[in-house]
Amino acid sequence: MSMYLEMLRIRFLMMLAYRTNYYSGILIYSINIGAYYFLWQAIYGGQESIQDLSIVQMTTYVAIAWMARAFYFNNIDREIAQEIQEGKVAVEMIRPYNYLGMKTMQGLGEGLFRLLFFSVPGMVIVWLVFPISFSNDLSIWGLFFISLVFSFIVNTQINLITGILTFFLLYNTGLIRAKRVVIDLFSGLLLPISFYPMWAQDIMTFLPFQAISYIPSMIFTEGFTGSEVYSALLLQLMWSVILFIPITLLWMSARRRLIVQGG
Amino acid sequence: MFYVSIFFQYASQYMKTRLQYRSDLVVELFSDLLFQAVNLIFILVVFGHTTLLSGWSREEIIFIYGFFLVPYAIFSSFFNIWDFNDRYIVKGEMDRVLTRPIHSLFQIIIERMELESMFGVITGLAIMFYAGSQLGLTLSWYDPFMFLLMVAGGSLIYAGIFIILASISFWSDSRTDIMPMMYNIGNYGRYPVDIYNQVIRYVLTWILPFAFVGVYPAAFFLGRDEWYFYAFLTPVMGLIFISISVFAWNEGVKRYRGAGN
Repeated sequence: MSMYLEMLRIRFLMMLAYRTNYYSGILIYSINIGAYYFLWQAIYGGQESIQDLSIVQMTTYVAIAWMARAFYFNNIDREIAQEIQEGKVAVEMIRPYNYLGMKTMQGLGEGLFRLLFFSVPGMVIVWLVFPISFSNDLSIWGLFFISLVFSFIVNTQINLITGILTFFLLYNTGLIRAKRVVIDLFSGLLLPISFYPMWAQDIMTFLPFQAISYIPSMIFTEGFTGSEVYSALLLQLMWSVILFIPITLLWMSARRRLIVQGG
Repeated sequence: MFYVSIFFQYASQYMKTRLQYRSDLVVELFSDLLFQAVNLIFILVVFGHTTLLSGWSREEIIFIYGFFLVPYAIFSSFFNIWDFNDRYIVKGEMDRVLTRPIHSLFQIIIERMELESMFGVITGLAIMFYAGSQLGLTLSWYDPFMFLLMVAGGSLIYAGIFIILASISFWSDSRTDIMPMMYNIGNYGRYPVDIYNQVIRYVLTWILPFAFVGVYPAAFFLGRDEWYFYAFLTPVMGLIFISISVFAWNEGVKRYRGAGN
């Protein structure tokens, strides 16, 4: 365990060395939040609320969805793909740790760094510029952070699956890009899931993506209330468990068919 | 003429390399299509909850988006200079480029092209024809020519802005993240400018004129005559911005000292 924590710490410190890159990142996210803010303003027009979300809740939703993304987002799928292509993964496999576990820890190190140095200051800036309401109920905050942990787990699991698929596809940039687009759309980052037509919502119930962005954002904006929160958290937990199965199966068969491309 | 033949030689080399990983190319085209579909889905879903967006109907917004895709596709096929600083200045590739007998900017354009992005033109046209038929728009004899003019204007604006940003690296070779930021600002041009506040509208019209890549030229085809003045400015703005950018580039090249290896 100490080995994994060490890896987390190293990645955190690595990010710290390049922290100036993050100021522009905050600006980029603010630009995106701004664009959607004006768009939603125009969409709401004179309407009080759409699907039980008021305009202030919607603005908060957009802001928190982007800032949460800084935490759960990581590029470990691309890193794994690169290590497979460069043949480094063969070396990784004989080392005395679980390769995927290590990758997850690196992702978590990055995520924690961005949460502290990116999301928190970013949220303050966004709060100064746009009308956002924060809940003063501490239990909401607690549930939001639990939900955020799950969204990191589910997103990382999907990244691991995408990364491992490089073993079978050999070249994976297209799939990685497609995955990113699908996640932005179906996770609830751009649109709350409840805005979709009913038939689309029914399909999305059977997909893991809403566990990534929609659930934590809805908890934060208090779009979910009472028992809805707990069933949403259970859904996240369920997906976190289910996704272990394809990862394990893929990893087992990938180890058997390792092709080192040059190197 | 020499430039044209060089261009085609590069293009054929490029096709060879891309066809090496055929399945990946298919997936990449698919993911591009998906990427374009996401914004369309966004518009469709949003209009499930509202009928007008600042006085623009759903089909009009879709039409604007379709138009935007065309200049954007041309830009992303030929002007992948977002990593120019890293790739050419810091790594010293610029030295190699400057020793060759064609214009340095042209070389970088052909070295970095990504022809598969041109499929965006087809997507854009398909979206425009769909929205246009819904709106009952009719084609006049001059429309195709106007379209080419507007698309050229929009592409040149996009290219101009990014070339200006790339030229900055000649003066300061420190790493900036201004390029990705610009990509995000460019997305503001996909929607009518009247939904933004005055300041942003002004910036999108005169300083970073992304509005000329989407709503202004599209307004001409939609027959919204209150925007005609801006619509006809599109090619003018394109020429102005590309001229400024080429000038900045040439000035920058004169100043280039090399990063030293």
